Amino acid sequence: MKLLVCISNVPDTTTKITFTNDNTQFNTAGVQFIVNPYDEIALSKAIELCEGGKGTVTVLNVGEAITEPTIRKALAIGADDAVRINAAPRDAYFTAYQIAQYAKSNDFDIILCGRESIDYNGAQVAGMVAEILDIPSISIIKKLEYDGTTATIEREIEGGKEIVSVSGKFVVSCAEGVAEPKIPNMRGIMSARSKPLVVVEAQDVEEVAKVVSFETPPPRGTVKLIPAEETEKLIDLLHQEAKVI
Amino acid sequence: MSVLVYVEQVDGKFKKSVFEAVSYAKAIADQNNTTLAAISIGNVEESELKALGTYGAAKVLNVASEELKTFVNQAYAAVVAEAATKENANIVVLSNSFSGKGLAPRIAVKLKAGLIDGAIELPTTGDQFRVKKTAFSGKAFAITELSSANKVIALNPNAFGVKENPVDAVIEAFSPAVKPTDLTAIVKDIVRATNKISLPDAELVVSAGRGLKGPENWGMIEELASLLGAATACSKPVSDADWRPHSEHVGQTGIAISPNLYIAIGISGAIQHLAGVSSSKVIVVINKDPEAPFFKVADYGIVGDAFEVVPKLIEALKTHKG
Repeated sequence: MKLLVCISNVPDTTTKITFTNDNTQFNTAGVQFIVNPYDEIALSKAIELCEGGKGTVTVLNVGEAITEPTIRKALAIGADDAVRINAAPRDAYFTAYQIAQYAKSNDFDIILCGRESIDYNGAQVAGMVAEILDIPSISIIKKLEYDGTTATIEREIEGGKEIVSVSGKFVVSCAEGVAEPKIPNMRGIMSARSKPLVVVEAQDVEEVAKVVSFETPPPRGTVKLIPAEETEKLIDLLHQEAKVI
Repeated sequence: MSVLVYVEQVDGKFKKSVFEAVSYAKAIADQNNTTLAAISIGNVEESELKALGTYGAAKVLNVASEELKTFVNQAYAAVVAEAATKENANIVVLSNSFSGKGLAPRIAVKLKAGLIDGAIELPTTGDQFRVKKTAFSGKAFAITELSSANKVIALNPNAFGVKENPVDAVIEAFSPAVKPTDLTAIVKDIVRATNKISLPDAELVVSAGRGLKGPENWGMIEELASLLGAATACSKPVSDADWRPHSEHVGQTGIAISPNLYIAIGISGAIQHLAGVSSSKVIVVINKDPEAPFFKVADYGIVGDAFEVVPKLIEALKTHKG
């Protein structure tokens, strides 16, 4: 069994988000980059599925050399080898195209992604990869069981869940619950240094989308405090002033 | 050139987020002096399909095929893309729902279209097609430009609102050819939580955190939510501790929401939590720690013990409702 996990290099969740160059670029100064948390869940699930020598896990990142520490972290968590497609990820289609081309020539059984990236919140890559490869995709999954040929998947829907069965090659995008994120141990960290990391040049694709500028939300007003002993006043304020109930 | 909106059905019914997507698509059609058609897949009654006319859909393509009764990403994308080609639609709109997030990228690839997901405003008019979308889990917005001839936009719930624009919707049966290989993933079962309000598109949300001390204390949160007609949610430590299901976790690594009212009880307001809820219109914070960072972004606050404040709130609501 060959599994491919797509990982994105994103700012740490505690990052204060600011922009430079007249709000056209994300300010990376002092920002620590991490494996996208949802991709980490996908990676942990892939490692779990391959436990006991049942298969191999390859991690793939579309990014420039600067993302290699993030890729090494994924290797430390337990991936067997890694691929970096050497390009700044321009838009989701560009990224998905590179992943799909690599997957085509390397015959993976399952491709796992996170449900979305925490920077651009794009939930686009997994579905695009599947569509380019013309294979099924199941998005925002909460559980995955795989017997080597057929997978039983729990997918989140509004107010409930769907149980989906799929066989053959497929793509999933993973949400919380699929697996507990694994923490790299010392052995993993040491071995990550010597695991293979292949660099592949990107293929040219037409650009379809680009971010032209950023905005930050307007500051909120000051809080109106209601004394705890007058709690009932909150209901009146929500009804009469805020008009939300 | 026209606009097509995909209308997602749940058990043969349309939810508010669908009418919102239709309203939004109609506004885009009006911007471009063109028409709006809708595509519905699954077994939806004619009266329900007609309701789409209330929000401006002049034509509804209805796919009532047994094999497409349940959602299959690959096949549904093929159907929507075929409908777009048939209608000569260069803009496809859908809800940024759980299913929409899986569907939109596949449609985009089929139509060689750029995709904007998490859209919160109408596109700009003029030479450039630009749409504002959420980014960094609500900590910022990204103005995204599409340069492709075809475009796909997935609209965030509660971002645009429902706008009536009545026309008489013409229902047209549509029977697209579906490849058997597009139906490889099969829905075996659908489990819906009864009497639960769906969190992503809820207008009111009551959420609680570690301040509740344990899962056994959630009864009062559920009672408050039920009185308000609100969905329940929780912070990450709560779902990590299995006090509540992961599907209730709101925040940067959970679900990002933008309800009209968000009541946070016993949640301190870590940056990751605020990221997913800060676009709520009104925020109420109840916390016994006056220094809790959540108070800085709240509209209304009560400094007090949840175990004293929430029961009082429940009583006050009961009185209010008479």
